[in-house]
Amino acid sequence: MLASTHVPSVFTGSADAVALVVLLSEFAMLRAPLLRSQIRLYSFQSFAVTGLAVIVAATRNLNELFIIAGFSFVLKVVLVPGIIMRLLRDSRVDLVGSHRLGVASMVLLAIVISVFGIFVVGSLPIHSQSLPTPALGLAMAIILVSFLLVILRSDVVSQAVGFFSLENGVSVASLVVAAGLPLIVEVAFLFDLLVAVVVFGVLMRVHHNRTKTLSTSVLDRLRG
Amino acid sequence: MSWVLIVILIVPLLTSLVCWWAPALIGQYLTLISGVATFALALALIPTKTVSAFSGWLQVDALSIVFLVTVAFLYGATSVFAIGYVRSSGNKASEGNYNRRLFAGINLFAWSMALATIVNGLALLWVAIEITTVVSALLVAIEGTDGASEAAWKYVLIASIGLGIALFGTIIMYYAGSTVFGSGYELFYSKLLSGASHFPPQVMRLAFVLAVLGYGTKMGLAPLHTWLPDAHSEAPTPVSALLSGALLAVSFYAILRFYQVTERAVGPTFPRDILLAFGLASLGLAALFLSSQEDLKRMFAYSSVEHMGILAIGMSFSAKIAIIGVLLHVLAHAPAKATAFFGAGSAVRKFGSKDMTKMRGGISLLPWSGTMLVLAVLALCAMPPFGIFRSEFLIVSGGLSNSRDFIAGVLIVAVSIASLGLTWFTSQTMITAPSADSVRGEISGWIVASMLIGLAALVVLGIHPPGQLSDLLGRAANELGVGR
Repeated sequence: MLASTHVPSVFTGSADAVALVVLLSEFAMLRAPLLRSQIRLYSFQSFAVTGLAVIVAATRNLNELFIIAGFSFVLKVVLVPGIIMRLLRDSRVDLVGSHRLGVASMVLLAIVISVFGIFVVGSLPIHSQSLPTPALGLAMAIILVSFLLVILRSDVVSQAVGFFSLENGVSVASLVVAAGLPLIVEVAFLFDLLVAVVVFGVLMRVHHNRTKTLSTSVLDRLRG
Repeated sequence: MSWVLIVILIVPLLTSLVCWWAPALIGQYLTLISGVATFALALALIPTKTVSAFSGWLQVDALSIVFLVTVAFLYGATSVFAIGYVRSSGNKASEGNYNRRLFAGINLFAWSMALATIVNGLALLWVAIEITTVVSALLVAIEGTDGASEAAWKYVLIASIGLGIALFGTIIMYYAGSTVFGSGYELFYSKLLSGASHFPPQVMRLAFVLAVLGYGTKMGLAPLHTWLPDAHSEAPTPVSALLSGALLAVSFYAILRFYQVTERAVGPTFPRDILLAFGLASLGLAALFLSSQEDLKRMFAYSSVEHMGILAIGMSFSAKIAIIGVLLHVLAHAPAKATAFFGAGSAVRKFGSKDMTKMRGGISLLPWSGTMLVLAVLALCAMPPFGIFRSEFLIVSGGLSNSRDFIAGVLIVAVSIASLGLTWFTSQTMITAPSADSVRGEISGWIVASMLIGLAALVVLGIHPPGQLSDLLGRAANELGVGR
């Protein structure tokens, strides 16, 4: 027992490592110039989150989580990226350079805000033997960087992907602190995500049909 | 009585499906019947204590009934207005399609909001509120104009991100509960409340702040309100009324559910201070922005931000009388704002523009709906004999009785500034001489009827709320932790 406080268990170690991979893919999305690569990165990120679900399910003997991991794989790794990719193909625009800041400044800002998130969660008394606290801090960092993605990229695809990856960050948090969440609730969450994706897709298409662009810089009529 | 809950969840959903397939006329009348029936069923729940169905997954207590009645009233009133709204549109080309989508959407939207008040537990509450977002975002975009698609995009993005934060808060709350109940428990309200006093306080504070940030985005608390004026002004008017009167209230309901648990875990001071900060920001910002609007519907949207601020400030006064005032305010704001939007809808049809500088002589040209619009604005400014006068009076006296004199004073000043803006612009458009070539006459009898319903509700709430309703408000206030 004493040793486990010094040497991370296999579960803690792998959960932290996967959470780090998720955070790094969030950074990659932030700077990715092509929208296509952004969507692929989202798919990869979702794959990592699914992997985390499998790790948690296996180490904690939560068989329900295997079902969730299955749903999450189909939905977030295959279906959602597929839907957005299709929209992108239909609109025949692959916007380059919707960055509001230079890549270096964006990444620097993301590093600062990630450190902030990790330390804020670290200062909370959320500690237990079975709980990988660093992974929760990383989840907070993922959520904060996804805000940056929505704020600093001015096109509808990046903003939608920003929201979906925010949901991935929340999934990481939920896997590390609330793995026992009832199955029906988890399924409802995923179903909701699917509906949200469809609505995002519809509105992206409406936007493209009206403005013939994916950029949001034209959305400046309503103010005050 | 558990059948009532099930019927309330089935009828609007079925109506929505029928509206999608059936001819426009049938859809309109079915929506009307469904709206009135839902309201009647919600009223029937008022005297009951707790009703549950489906082994506790659906459950209403006094607090949820207050919000269910609010949603159901607006559903009924809007179903009357919407008939007049589509029949006066004059746009025959796409009317059939538009009509089907609008009515199916209104029913689905009302259903999702009723669902949010009926489900038991923070997780399902989140799911229901997410459904309200996606349905209402499509309804905001339904007009198909540039403004509508811009507003819908901003709305769906900002509200979804807010709900992402709220989901994070829900998960942190789940973790707090798992320290007492172990993992694998249901997030039922009663379960959480039973163990709340043993939850780790620091974790609960984080959960509450995340919940207020998340649901506060949907409730329109400043500075998270930025989607609200756009969505309210660009949506079709029946949807604006539902957004303002019901959707914001349902988001407030979600915050109150977190408040209940947090208050037991960490004491009342922390959650009240958080709500006070957001309340003051909203009220102050709305009071200033109200006086610089040219778009009639946008002005009413800022008035909603103002009233959401009043609700948050009212919750920060711990007195029971203030909490009762807050709940009455939820009930009274719905008909007041809906009547104002219905009147705005009538005026926009009459003048062919939302721009207030192009509206002159509203009362002369629209003798009924113009006059009732002015009355609704007076109601929003907390004039007697309307319900908001009573609720704001209770809130302020609750603040004074709890020696929060300064905040109560700020509240009165800010509300007065906001009222000044509202009445000034309304008098400019309504109580002036009409231009020479304009034609006098109402747009639609249905619109007049819907406004009459709204004003009647306001007068009842203002002069003498029925005894059972007052009893309900008292019980709901007790559930929020006063007098414990």
